[in-house]
Amino acid sequence: MSKYGVLARFDSPQSLVHAAEKVRDEGFVNFDCHSPFPIHGMDDAMGLKRSKLGYLIGAMGLTGALFGFGLQTWIHSIEYPMNISGKPFFAYPAYAIITFELMVLFSAFGAVFGMMYFNRIPRFHHPVFYSEKFSDVSSDAFYVSIEVDDPKYDENEVISFLENLGGTEIEVLKDEN
Amino acid sequence: MSNKAIKSKAQIRAEKLLPGNQDFTSITNDIAGVPEQKKTPIQWWLLFGFALSLLAIFAGSVGFLIWEGTGIWGINNPIFWGWAIINFVWWVGIGHAGTLISAILHLFRQNWRNAINRFAETMTLFAVICALVFPGIHVGRIWVAYWFLPLPNQMGMWPNMRSPLIWDFFAVFTYFTVSLLFWYTGLIPDLATLRDRAKGFKKKVYGFFALGWRGGNRQWQHYELAYLVLAGISTPLVLSVHSVVSSDFATSVIPGWHTTIFPPYFVAGAIYSGFGMVMTLSIIARKVYNLGHIITVEHLDKMAQIMLLTGCMVGYAYSMEFFVAWYSGNPYESFAFVNRALGPYWWGYWAMIFCNVVVPQFFWFEKYRRHIPFLFITSILVNIGMWFERFVIVVITLHRDFMPGAWAMYNPTIWDVSIYLGTFGLFFTGFLLFLRFLPMVSIAEAKLVLPESNPHHGHDHE
Repeated sequence: MSKYGVLARFDSPQSLVHAAEKVRDEGFVNFDCHSPFPIHGMDDAMGLKRSKLGYLIGAMGLTGALFGFGLQTWIHSIEYPMNISGKPFFAYPAYAIITFELMVLFSAFGAVFGMMYFNRIPRFHHPVFYSEKFSDVSSDAFYVSIEVDDPKYDENEVISFLENLGGTEIEVLKDEN
Repeated sequence: MSNKAIKSKAQIRAEKLLPGNQDFTSITNDIAGVPEQKKTPIQWWLLFGFALSLLAIFAGSVGFLIWEGTGIWGINNPIFWGWAIINFVWWVGIGHAGTLISAILHLFRQNWRNAINRFAETMTLFAVICALVFPGIHVGRIWVAYWFLPLPNQMGMWPNMRSPLIWDFFAVFTYFTVSLLFWYTGLIPDLATLRDRAKGFKKKVYGFFALGWRGGNRQWQHYELAYLVLAGISTPLVLSVHSVVSSDFATSVIPGWHTTIFPPYFVAGAIYSGFGMVMTLSIIARKVYNLGHIITVEHLDKMAQIMLLTGCMVGYAYSMEFFVAWYSGNPYESFAFVNRALGPYWWGYWAMIFCNVVVPQFFWFEKYRRHIPFLFITSILVNIGMWFERFVIVVITLHRDFMPGAWAMYNPTIWDVSIYLGTFGLFFTGFLLFLRFLPMVSIAEAKLVLPESNPHHGHDHE
């Protein structure tokens, strides 16, 4: 049975950020810091790049706006030109609202489903769930996980490294239960 | 060099918003403890039974409406828009506070919102569902309501995209969808908390909706950005929705409707009534579930301040409408407004002025902003007042327009009343189910109010 990585518990957001900085400086890449809420400054502490999600949302918003404006133009100028109280067929000021609404709608889909894509969720099974104690992370626990895939991974060294950082309840996780 | 006797600003703020000795564990236990209760409180069952009875009235009345047609309502010529439109605008307006709290206050980094945003967002969802019922049923032939949608069809027919009624349809549907996505995104970490604490079948259900959330920072990173962007796009959205609703009126030529003040005035009124509803609901919920230490008097005080602000804004709009009616020199416009205050429906107008302009003035005083029974009564008065505002706009304006020969009076029938009351059944059934099965306060976000959640807490930075 292959291994997934090592899990170590820390007692506060402060010590988690501190640990993240040390893990980053040690040269680890495939690691994560788990917490019950987002921690301010953690992205820098872990050395993460800015999320690319914004570009996806922007593209979706633009698509929505173009779709909204195009749909209305096509309906009233090409497909079904109907004279209603003398309004012009290409009444572009009147298209502003629906263009805007569809831009917002598409951006919202981009934000939520893009977030799921970048986070690789839904994913219902994950090695960290095999740890009994790890479930506290959604309440009051703070964990660092370092994965086997990391080029610097050496089990005994990682364990003693995390112990030196102040990690407790260190566990080696298997890939399967 | 840290002097323990001197408290940081963050600590002082946190002590007001989360009084007592609370930590991450106690917050989780207190909030998650509510949906985890083995025994449902008797008050919940009583309220739920009441809500279900109203829901049955709703189903029966709407069924009869579909069977018989809109003739069962009190609408006539010239008052084609009766309670259905009043109720639609009223419910949509109530929804606005939820988005204001969750989106705009998030952008302004108002941490105190973290205790009430979940609550308010849920209120938005059910309020918008109640609102959407009315445009759905008032079309008469409900089975062709899908004609609102731009769907290709064998008749080669398309909706008129230049009509404010279609804008309204798009705005409210977008609003509902985005509110739902926002609400659900906020719930994901909390569903993970419930999943980790539950057992058996419940664990599977919560786990399914938690999508396998692990709380890793690689997830939080994208999550926070998505949440921020949702807040950012919901802000112009919520301002657009009631503006578009107001354009249903403002783009017409009826005196009293054809004014440019409508969009901002409608938005302010919407926020005002929405905060009234959040206040009513949170006072009940904090009492029933003993969450007075999480939804504190401090929160109610801040909500009362926003009600004071928006109440004054609608008061300003009411007076400005009169001023412009006089200043325009248009006799029809002047008549429409004099008729509002002194015509046969004067009581509707003055009920509106009393509830929306006079009542919030008490909130200048801290004593009243922190007096819970007073807040409870005023929060209900606010929504009565806002209902009358829409009554004034819809009925009083329509009943006397240009030609005295076309004037008429409006009398609602039992079916108008029963459908309106029935929507409360729809609203409260949904809301009570939410209180029973989902965390009513955001567990992850409530923790961010604690100074311990800040990684710089207790450090001195040179």
